[in-house]
Amino acid sequence: MEDPKGDMERHQPPPSLWPVGFAVGIVCLLVGLVVSWPAAAIGAGLAAVFGFLWARDVVGGRAAEVPLSADEEPSLVPPLPEQPGERFPRNTFLEGATLGLGAVIGAVVTLPVLGFAVLPAFKGQHQHEVDLGPIGDFPEGQFIVATFLRDPSLGDITRRTAYIRNNGLLNGVPSFTCISNRCAHVGCPVQPGGPVFDDKQKTVKTANGDVSLTPVLPAAGFICPCHGGSYDQEGSRIAGPPVRGLDRYEFLIRDGHLVLGNLYSVAKVTGSGANAKITKAELHGPGQHVDGPEAWLYPLQPPH
Amino acid sequence: MPRRKSERRQNMERMALYPLDWLEERSGLVGGVKYFLFRNVPGDSNWFHTLGSATLTAFLVQLVTGVILAMYYKPGTTTAHASIEHIQHEVTLGWLVRGMHKWGASVFIILMFLHMGRVFLFGAYKYPRELNWIIGVLLLATGLFEGLTGYLLPFDQTSYWASVVAININGTAPFVGPYLASLLRGGAEIGPDTLSRFYSIHMLLVPGALIGLITLHLYLVVRLGVSSPPWSDEAAGGTPEPEPPPAQAGLVQPRPRGAGLRGRPE
Repeated sequence: MEDPKGDMERHQPPPSLWPVGFAVGIVCLLVGLVVSWPAAAIGAGLAAVFGFLWARDVVGGRAAEVPLSADEEPSLVPPLPEQPGERFPRNTFLEGATLGLGAVIGAVVTLPVLGFAVLPAFKGQHQHEVDLGPIGDFPEGQFIVATFLRDPSLGDITRRTAYIRNNGLLNGVPSFTCISNRCAHVGCPVQPGGPVFDDKQKTVKTANGDVSLTPVLPAAGFICPCHGGSYDQEGSRIAGPPVRGLDRYEFLIRDGHLVLGNLYSVAKVTGSGANAKITKAELHGPGQHVDGPEAWLYPLQPPH
Repeated sequence: MPRRKSERRQNMERMALYPLDWLEERSGLVGGVKYFLFRNVPGDSNWFHTLGSATLTAFLVQLVTGVILAMYYKPGTTTAHASIEHIQHEVTLGWLVRGMHKWGASVFIILMFLHMGRVFLFGAYKYPRELNWIIGVLLLATGLFEGLTGYLLPFDQTSYWASVVAININGTAPFVGPYLASLLRGGAEIGPDTLSRFYSIHMLLVPGALIGLITLHLYLVVRLGVSSPPWSDEAAGGTPEPEPPPAQAGLVQPRPRGAGLRGRPE
């Protein structure tokens, strides 16, 4: 239809991106206020910089437009000295009041609803101690698949599995290896690479309800059925897509019972069994690095 | 020359159309619907231009079947799967409605991609339709999110572990990932809140967003019109091809000479 060369001149130029940066800054600031002060500071900085750029554009743009729209502007905003009473006409006041009141009402309704929908997700979970029964049920050197409810009041959805091995005594204190079965790739349950002795399965009644204990011989370590991640008997990654080793449970012995505590992530394990040296890290989700430069990508964790 | 209608017939038509006239006089809706349905499109638009309407139809099917499924589905870690079994095996025609919703979801996604491919290959995303492409991309993302949240609802092993994996993949996004995963789960671990949260997102939040975006999408389609195919002679300023003569056997239409070649750089 038209000459393709003249095509570009008819278009509106693309909108300025400064408001987008300003909005990102505000979002960062609001989220930061809830989760961390450094993020809030970064957000405030972003909002200030982009707000300044935006304001400069707007002011500059208006100054440039004044000669073009000289016919219309004076009737709306007449020069100050001639009609000082008309500087804020009634229309402008009503318009501003309507928009302002609308914004306030909107915010009063929206913010609590947003908080209700979003903030509970970032509340720390209750820490559950899980009683796995007398340590006599864990023969030395033998891996046991322990299946238990982390929070019996919530039911089956909190069923978890851990691989537990009694390492005997270390300096006169019982030592256990308590490996979580959550794969460090994307969180599928890892399976033992060896026979599970279902016929020797035992159910122990504890404070956490029924705990199922099944002896297992993970000769080939632990293998994830989803994408083939594989780990050795200490939970260190051997092969496949996982970015780190398997998480572990803290444990304590109370009244002769083995009690599992919080989960933590493991950066590195050297040695094995009771002599293993474990480099501990804050609990991270699957797929997140806990050491090396990649760990810089995950500086902040929501409360667990 | 059409035969003049009898007076009796004219009266009957007037009576039948009276409600529509009543509505039109008070709302203009009839005219609006006619304007929407009978607007002009390029003469050389073809079957590929129907993919958008097909996607819309698939969405409407999801909407209707989803509303009905919500009458029987019970979100809850102990009730969800039992209610799916109930729908599938006991509710009259439940298997059909659930099947339509389940398979229709894939149809909807596939049609979205085909429609996007058509728009891309026809160059229909270019000025002045860039904004509609952007809205379309948002629709694609929202539609995929609808698929993600819907997948958990049957609450069997497949859907549970697929959702675990999906949430954890979100968790690996740099910086915001851990928070994104917590937001999706509604907490530090997948629990009862996760299921009801996914259900609410799946049946209220995201469909609302989809309906709003589709309205905008259609508004822009009507406002800007449908683009011609890239080989269009009409759009290139040439005279339209004469209608090809009807095929003798009535089965095969001869291909008009030069169709599909004009308008290309020589």
